[in-house]
This record gives sequence, C-alpha cells and structure tokens, in this order.
Amino acid sequence: MPGASMMHETPAWASLAYLVSGVLFILALRGLSSPTSSRRGNRAGMIGMLIAVATTLALHGTNLVEIGIAIAIGGAIGFVTARRIAMTDMPQLVAAFHSLVGLAAVLVAGAAFLNPEAFGILDAATGHIHNVSRIEMGLGVAIGAITFSGSVIAFLKLNGNMSGAPILLPARHVINLGTIAAILGLIAYFVTDDAHWVFFTITALSFLIGFLLIIPIGGADMPVVVSMLNSYSGWAAAAMGFTLHNTAMIITGALVGSSGAILSYIMCRAMNRSFISVIAGGFGAVEGGAAAAGKVDRPWKRGSAEDAAFLMSQAEQVIIVPGYGMAVSQAQHALREMADLLKAEGVRVKYAIHPVAGRMPGHMNVLLAEAHVPYDEVFELEDINSEFAQTDIAFVIGANDVTNPAAKTDKTSPIYGMPILDVEKAKTVLFLKRSMGGVGYAGVDNDVFYMDNTMMLLGDAKKMVEEIVKAMAH
Amino acid sequence: MDFISILSIFVMACFVGYYVVWSVTPALHTPLMAVTNAISSVIIVGALIAGAAGGSDVAKYLGLVAVVFASVNIFGGFAVTERMLAMYKKKERKS
Repeated sequence: MPGASMMHETPAWASLAYLVSGVLFILALRGLSSPTSSRRGNRAGMIGMLIAVATTLALHGTNLVEIGIAIAIGGAIGFVTARRIAMTDMPQLVAAFHSLVGLAAVLVAGAAFLNPEAFGILDAATGHIHNVSRIEMGLGVAIGAITFSGSVIAFLKLNGNMSGAPILLPARHVINLGTIAAILGLIAYFVTDDAHWVFFTITALSFLIGFLLIIPIGGADMPVVVSMLNSYSGWAAAAMGFTLHNTAMIITGALVGSSGAILSYIMCRAMNRSFISVIAGGFGAVEGGAAAAGKVDRPWKRGSAEDAAFLMSQAEQVIIVPGYGMAVSQAQHALREMADLLKAEGVRVKYAIHPVAGRMPGHMNVLLAEAHVPYDEVFELEDINSEFAQTDIAFVIGANDVTNPAAKTDKTSPIYGMPILDVEKAKTVLFLKRSMGGVGYAGVDNDVFYMDNTMMLLGDAKKMVEEIVKAMAH
Repeated sequence: MDFISILSIFVMACFVGYYVVWSVTPALHTPLMAVTNAISSVIIVGALIAGAAGGSDVAKYLGLVAVVFASVNIFGGFAVTERMLAMYKKKERKS
C-alpha cells in the first residue's frame, strides 16, 4: 500500500490486529497460573507474535527478502540455543535474551531518530521530530541501553566469566546518581534540540550506567537483578510502543514491565531486603575476612551415605530442601532416583522450595521438573513450613542461608528477618554440603550444622546422593 | 491516536499485568521470565518498520540488525518456554 508508511494513519484492521495480538499476550501470561494451562498460554503468545509480525509486514511490505533473511538467521540461532541449553544454565540464557531486547530497542530508537518519516513521527510543519516523540524516544533508548549493558554484566556474572563478588568503585553512588541525572537532563534538553550529539550522548551514558549499576551487585542478589532487567526490557518496549503508537507494543511492555517488577518485589521480600539496598549493591562484599575470623570451632557430627540411607528408609516423611548447590553439581536426577527408592519403601517424600533458592525465580522448580519430579510433590515455603515439626528427616542439599535460624533470632545477622525454611524443627536434619569451610553467600555461619539432631554429609552433592542411592539399593 | 488514548491503554495494561502476574504460580516463575522475554520482542514491529523503509540506509540496516536480535529472542524465548513447560508433569496415578 503506498503511503502506508505514515504510522498515524494505521488502517483500522491493522489497529485491531495489534489489539488482538496484545490480548493474546495477556492470555499467554494468564495461562501460567497453572501448569496444565501453561502450554496453551505459550501457544497463544506465539500466535500473538505471528499476528503482530504479519500485520507489520502487510503494512510495510518492502525489502521482504532482506527481512526474511534477518528473521531466518535470528530464528535459527534462537531455536538451536533454546534446544541445546542445559536447564541449569537458564539464568544466563534469560540474561542473554534480556540483553538482546535491550539492544533491539536501542537500534529501533536509533533507526527512528535517523529516519523519523518512516515512523510517522516527523512534524511536517517544522521538519523536525515531534516533541512528545523525542521524550519517548529518549526514554526508550535510555532504558534499552541500560537493559543491554546491565544484562551483559548479569550474564557474565551468572555464567562465571566474571566473579560474582560485588565490585565496588569509590564514590559509586555519586557517580551513578550523577550519570542518571545527566541522562534525564539530556532527555529534557533533547526536546529543545534534536541534534545528533544529544541522542548519541544519551545512548552512551545509558550504556555506561547499566554497567555501573550491576557491577556492585553480588551473586546472591542475582534473582533480583534478573527480574529487574526483565522489567526494564518491558519498559523499553513500551516506550518504543509510545513512539510508534502501537497497541501491541504498549500492552506487552506494560505486562512485561509489571511482571519483572512483581518478581523483583517477591525476591526482595523473600530476602527481607529493600529494593533500594539491593540496587545500592555491595551485599556480601566483606564476608570472606569477617566470617573466617569470627568462626569458632564447634563440634558437629559427620555422617556417611550409608547412615543417611538407613535413616531415611526408616522415616515416615522426608522433606528435601534443594538450593543452588544442587544446580551446580547437577544432582537433580540422582535426587529423584533417591526419592523414587524412598517412595518404594513407603516413605512420603516432599520438596520444599525457598523463593530465592537458585539464581532466578522458580529456578529449582524447573530443575526438579527436568528430573521428572511431579510438580504436586513440590511446595512453596509458606505451604510446607509448618510441616517440618512433624517430619522425620529434612534433607538439605546445596542450600544454606535459606535454612539459617539466625534469620529469626540474631538481630545482628545480615540475613535477619529473612523468611527461612524451618529445617531445624525436623527430628533429624541431613545437611549435604561440599565442605565445612564455605558459609553460603551471606557469609554467616549456620547453627543448624552444630545441632544434636543434625548429621553433616560432606561431599559433592551429586556423588553423595548417588552413594546414598547405592546404599539404599541393598 | 493521541497521546492520552495511548497513555490510557498503557495504564490499563499495567493494571492487567499486575493482576495477571500475581496469579502466576511461583513454580512457573522461570517460564514466566522466558515467555515475557519472548513477547517483549514484539519490539520487532519497530525493527520491521525500520528495515522496510527507504530513505535512510543506516536506519534500514539498524532495523535489520534489530530484526535479527528480536528473532533470536522470539524463537528462542518461545521454544525454551515450551521445552520447560513440557517437563512439568503431575504425579502418575497408581493403577
């Protein structure tokens, strides 16, 4: 259609199509309220995306070959990556995907800035970009760039290419606030002057601040960071939706933006930390020295795989508490084998998941699902916590801080106030840990190690569970 | 569409998002992130417009590169979500 490039005159059918695709995206999220409806939801999302892409191509039907090649290249990379990625690497993958959304937003904003006519944001009277569009575009490019560089750092930390320890620059709060103020000031100035340097300086400063904001945040706070970047990628899409007057983009941006924000909130609440303190960073930076120095030698009991196998097979109910350590050693499959053997002996087996176990929201649930653990055996903290008191054995594997009773009693502890799984109330605690040296991410000692009813199982999580399985078999 | 209509859609969608996301079961929070990732790549709409437009070659190539990135995300995001969701199984009933 000639003349269809004027976005403000989007034909009614196209506006409707974008609306339908927005509604399908809502249904995609709605489907996730239960595992049974989730796959239907995901299909709705795919159809929504197909409608959005097809509508846009029908409106702007040029350069189809080049566009087709671009989609084929990207699609192939995405599809193959999605098929090959190990479930334990999911946090990195999500961070990498976030960075791509951010970068795409920056590129689209750049293209809109260089070719405003194609986007229908050129004021015919003055030959300049509309004032409102300049603010939207400025915000879009800024949020997109922050999402990109922030996600790259999050990826490097999660993937182990960069130390998970916080990197603290002197006067970082001053530098960060100054940079943010400069970005906002330039976006305001952009309204009066749409010169190239203004746009490119906003972009460059935003890349810088994304980097600066994430480097001081430590490994344990990554679930919050990943959720927050998820939120940003949504706001970036929404801002570009405002520029393009596109309902599908605006609805999606709002959905994703709120989704990420809610997940960040849930993660912060699960650690009893304010969002501001997470963003300010530095948590766990001084742990190494202080924790090592403050450690007192206390007696603890060491158990063997055979002891553990015997105790568990005599139990009525066992609650398994998995943490990041399980993911690191890929112990989920062995763990499920162990649970199967226990169930065959008539033992009730349940799993208890702390909201911040792992490196992203829901990480443990996915790993257990991968090992074919039925999801109705897996419980959230508030649903299972009261059961520990009536449980024979709590089997803690690779989790530490989320079981530390100091969170309830010790006001000086860095994790004070964090809701924890009450494993210490179980008749016996089997605590699987690599060694007695490591003290978790918060750097605090755990009283559970030294309790009379605790037996420490030291070693690699996967190997230890395999040995328990072997011991059970005869 | 004027700015106020667009803003209205945005504000309403934020509320819809708020209620829909709270109803997502915590067990599916990882698939939630993966699927939001995929749908936020609806930014491909902007990339396609840039890639299809004449007038500025630089803008066109920026658009095409953005199409590649957004496609990685769309295909990757939906595929990985599908893969994860397929793993969530209920307990098999004993026969």
